[in-house]
Amino acid sequence: MKKNNLGTGVGFVLILVWCLLPVAWIISLSFKSPEETAAGSDQFLPKEATLQNYRDILDNPDFLDALRNSFGIALIATFLSVVFATLAAYAIARLEFRGKKAVLSLALAIAMFPVVALVGPLFDMWRTFGLFNTWPGLIIPYMSFTLPLAIWTLAAFFREIPWELEQAAQVDGATSWQAFRKVIVPLAAPGVFTAAILTFFFAWNEFVLAISLTSTTGSRTVPAQLSYFVGPDPFNPPYGQLATASVVVTIPIIIIVLIFQRKIVAGLTSGAVKG
Amino acid sequence: MSTTVATSAAQEPRRPDKPGKAPATARAISENRLGLRLVAPAVILMLLVTAWPMIQALYLSMFRYRLTAPDDKEFVGLGNYTTILGDSLFWRDTFNTVLIMVITVAIELVIGFAFAMVMHRIIFARGLMRTAILIPYGIITVVSAFAWQFTFSVNNGWVNGWFAWLPWIGPDTNWFGDHWPAMFAIMVSEIWKTTPFMSLLLLAGLSQVSEDMLEAAKVDGATWWQRLFKVILPNMRAAIMVAVLFRALDAFRIFDNIFVMTRGAQNTESSSFLTYRQVIEQLQLGLGSALSVLLFLSVLLLAWLIVKLFRVDLAQARGEG
Repeated sequence: MKKNNLGTGVGFVLILVWCLLPVAWIISLSFKSPEETAAGSDQFLPKEATLQNYRDILDNPDFLDALRNSFGIALIATFLSVVFATLAAYAIARLEFRGKKAVLSLALAIAMFPVVALVGPLFDMWRTFGLFNTWPGLIIPYMSFTLPLAIWTLAAFFREIPWELEQAAQVDGATSWQAFRKVIVPLAAPGVFTAAILTFFFAWNEFVLAISLTSTTGSRTVPAQLSYFVGPDPFNPPYGQLATASVVVTIPIIIIVLIFQRKIVAGLTSGAVKG
Repeated sequence: MSTTVATSAAQEPRRPDKPGKAPATARAISENRLGLRLVAPAVILMLLVTAWPMIQALYLSMFRYRLTAPDDKEFVGLGNYTTILGDSLFWRDTFNTVLIMVITVAIELVIGFAFAMVMHRIIFARGLMRTAILIPYGIITVVSAFAWQFTFSVNNGWVNGWFAWLPWIGPDTNWFGDHWPAMFAIMVSEIWKTTPFMSLLLLAGLSQVSEDMLEAAKVDGATWWQRLFKVILPNMRAAIMVAVLFRALDAFRIFDNIFVMTRGAQNTESSSFLTYRQVIEQLQLGLGSALSVLLFLSVLLLAWLIVKLFRVDLAQARGEG
């Protein structure tokens, strides 16, 4: 038993190092001066910490545009996706209707869909519809690709809800719709919130569509903008600025994780293993 | 929330018969209609962006169609497919993709399981551990790719300095100058980013292994390894298979890391990257669509293989049964 505790302790330290070292590395890099990274430096910590990179990056209009696009697109896609997923998951968890199995199979198939395979046809369609390089042009596919995850997570949460409440409301004269809106929605809110976090992570992270369906900073999101941010010399990218931008876009993730870690873990594993 | 539940218990006497015991036909019909109405928006959205473009891709894949020369659109039947299947580039990229998938998923399974064991046993600092695990999960893949690219950088990285004691690493080892080191760097980034997801799924499986059974095995004198291979792993089968299925299909679509770290240089291109390059950079919509269809079919085949080989019951595994 003592030996096991020792092993667990060592494992704990190893996990922390493995997970946090790359994060510590980009933070350290973000404080290195442009001169230091241009000359090349093989030490982990900066020789002399400076905020120059942060000043530069927060003065960079392209980066700020990308940040605004990322927040806008991710938040709208998350909101809409969760609304539609909530409706669908309620029906799946709660109602008897034809085609339920088909909906679940469809969701599963789409979760496994290779996004790149859509780049060509979507590129073509979006140009025809005038959706190329617009916010809706990214929001629509993000909704489609986050719906499966949101539907599963929510359906799993909804199965845990005490449904007697809904029946009680219906006996009291409420319609199915009223029972859903007045009784179940408040109970389901924590699950909905979890689905929203997972959806937001997806939209915030998405890269393939973001580089393929945008062409200007008018709608380019952060991951796409970062990949274009290589500067004049591709063999010597602006390490410090890229690291700084990386740190800035990781801050929202860290905040969300710090506050909602329990919910995220529950959402990721909900319904995943009911063997 | 708990107070609301308590109120519900108080109202318990009013509860009607069990659901579905005697539903009036009219009620069943309206329930059916409501159900369809509630799922309709989600279903339409999912099909709009996948099924419809896929049909479009199927159609376009039969044409020689380059966006820079739209007037030269010409029906070529299966010509694009024979071109692709006869091209060594396609096979090289497929090989790269499968290699990355097999190696990363295998390593993630081992590391992820070790993580899950530690998380399962740990009694202190659970919050800190969860936070640490979730940061790679939540971080943008492009950021992870940059972080590791800089880690392996010749000028500014720390790997060459820290690991100089290894015989094959020197101060000017150029990780992105050759095929295998570059593949290694790409895989490290992929593994770092996705192991947390794997470990959380495995942790959920691990926590379902009955403690009594483990205790019984221990009393019967089973060694640690025997308990691991005869009790723990067989009882986690469903969780392991779901984790492998999802991660394998995800790894097969690898794109972001390669795009950022090498742009396909040193023969590190993946199937996804090849498709992207044909469509977006070369604007070869016909050929690109054929590649899209092939990629889609590969993913289907892969999913089918994993489900058949490991007899994964997805409906049961995802709690949809």
